[in-house]
Amino acid sequence: MSNPILTQTSYLIAAALFILALKWLNAPKTARKGVWAGEIGMAAAIVGTLLLPEIKAFHWIVLTLLVGAGIGIPIALLMPMTAVPQRTALSHCFGGLAAGLVGTAEYYLARSQHGGHLDHFTSGVLALEVLLGYLTFTGSLMAFGKLQGILPSRPITYKGQNFVNLGILAMAALIGIALAIDPTQAGLAGGVVGQLMFPLLILLALLFGVFLIIPIGGADMPTVISLLNSYAGLSASAMGFVLDNKLLIIAGALDGSSGFILSVIMCKAMNRSFTNVLFGAFGQVQTAVAGKVEAKPVRSAQPDEAAAILGMAQSVVIIPGYGMAVAQAQHKVRDLCDQLTKRGVDVRFGIHPVAGRMPGHMNVLLAEADIPYERLLEMDEINPDMPQVDVALVIGANDVTNPAARHDKSSPIYGMPIIDVDKARTVMVIKRGMSAGFAGIENELYHMEKTLMLFGDAKQYVGEMVKELASGD
Amino acid sequence: METSSLVSNLYVFVLATFLGFEVIRRVSPLLHTPLMSLTNAISAISLVGSLVILGKQGGEINLFSILGALAVTASMINVVSGFLITDRMLKMFKSRTGGKTEGGAR
Repeated sequence: MSNPILTQTSYLIAAALFILALKWLNAPKTARKGVWAGEIGMAAAIVGTLLLPEIKAFHWIVLTLLVGAGIGIPIALLMPMTAVPQRTALSHCFGGLAAGLVGTAEYYLARSQHGGHLDHFTSGVLALEVLLGYLTFTGSLMAFGKLQGILPSRPITYKGQNFVNLGILAMAALIGIALAIDPTQAGLAGGVVGQLMFPLLILLALLFGVFLIIPIGGADMPTVISLLNSYAGLSASAMGFVLDNKLLIIAGALDGSSGFILSVIMCKAMNRSFTNVLFGAFGQVQTAVAGKVEAKPVRSAQPDEAAAILGMAQSVVIIPGYGMAVAQAQHKVRDLCDQLTKRGVDVRFGIHPVAGRMPGHMNVLLAEADIPYERLLEMDEINPDMPQVDVALVIGANDVTNPAARHDKSSPIYGMPIIDVDKARTVMVIKRGMSAGFAGIENELYHMEKTLMLFGDAKQYVGEMVKELASGD
Repeated sequence: METSSLVSNLYVFVLATFLGFEVIRRVSPLLHTPLMSLTNAISAISLVGSLVILGKQGGEINLFSILGALAVTASMINVVSGFLITDRMLKMFKSRTGGKTEGGAR
């Protein structure tokens, strides 16, 4: 490589700053410093690249950078916090697209300019980059569609789905291997078939992304988003191998390992094995259970009764779920928290790792509503305290509170770690109706004697409880 | 690529992956969403590769400059929106003592 010293130095600085950025992100008090480090690192890398002698013209670069920034700034500043999962899916989509496009350009550049320049390894890695890039592109686009409600969020399944998916992946892998063995594929049937190999790889990758995501339901999105995050990182890393650029390799590896760790955490929180995730077979949802449920009795309560019980409690734990995000109830929940705190009630939040549609989703929403982060406790932190809690208030969460996960071996969610709300002295569940959760299973929590069902829209119901508590002063 | 640079690149990849595991394992679940948007912004470093493709064409309009221009735009969207939204999210995490993102061990 003939990179000038200045460029290499700026890349080295950028790599170090990216590592520091992630290190500083591990605690809220240093996290914003981490963002600064990342920004400076990125700026250094861009400037360093523009100093390269290969860059011959700047007008298109400046224009496209401005267009990108012009699209990116409104996305970041105007997107409501409830839409953060969608934005994340969209950004994986752009990341994958960029990797795919660069890979395509690199392949044809190498073919057009210096015939056999592509060696076996580079060509194989190029195929990997293109495969990962384009599958992340369409996969994330599908995830975005599901999260945004453009596509149905329920899993779309058909017979032999895994067979089709694995078939597409196997074909793509075979083409990748063929390209690694003979990078230009000139020998095959006079070059005509060889000409089609690379476009076919792109097509298969695009298809695989779509097919991989359609069988996955909304509640599995935290795992999927983490996995796509990992793929986007790995494709950037593959690009680094192709371009012989260590900064790309490092940044991609950091992103890849981050996505990998998050998807493992999400898997553990749903008691799914990692192979299960790798093969994308985690859409098999038990759909048939609903319907034959007997009408077991439930106790329900009006907002004034519920507010009275909460007001007299000593400690309250609120368990939020995706339903809170859908109802946009986080600000009302904060008002409730304030009213109760004023009366000397100790209010905390118990947050399940897969609550919501992406890792940490609930924390961001509650932080947006100005709830101090010391009150937000992880599942493992809150569970030992649950037996001493007076009221556990479940808002829009279902399967993550189902005690069947602990004892009912026939239940599809058996073995999944849950928040032990059933151990609290009183349980309240805000819910629109008696419908089953994502996994399609009845929640026995709702039929327990200490459980009060609070039927209604979360935002409205909590609002009425706040009014009740405020007027009681 | 020469074998020596291939091997050193593999070393870099493996070490960076392990480093990533160690650093990211320590991130509190509280911050998992900002973590994802920050790593997203960082992996938009593929901007560097896109810039080279576009810049090499010297302003000519051909297949490569179109692919490069699209890739630069897509990566730049991620760079800008990734860093900005991470900061916007982190600004919201407040401690009980009132300081913005200061203080507050559990």
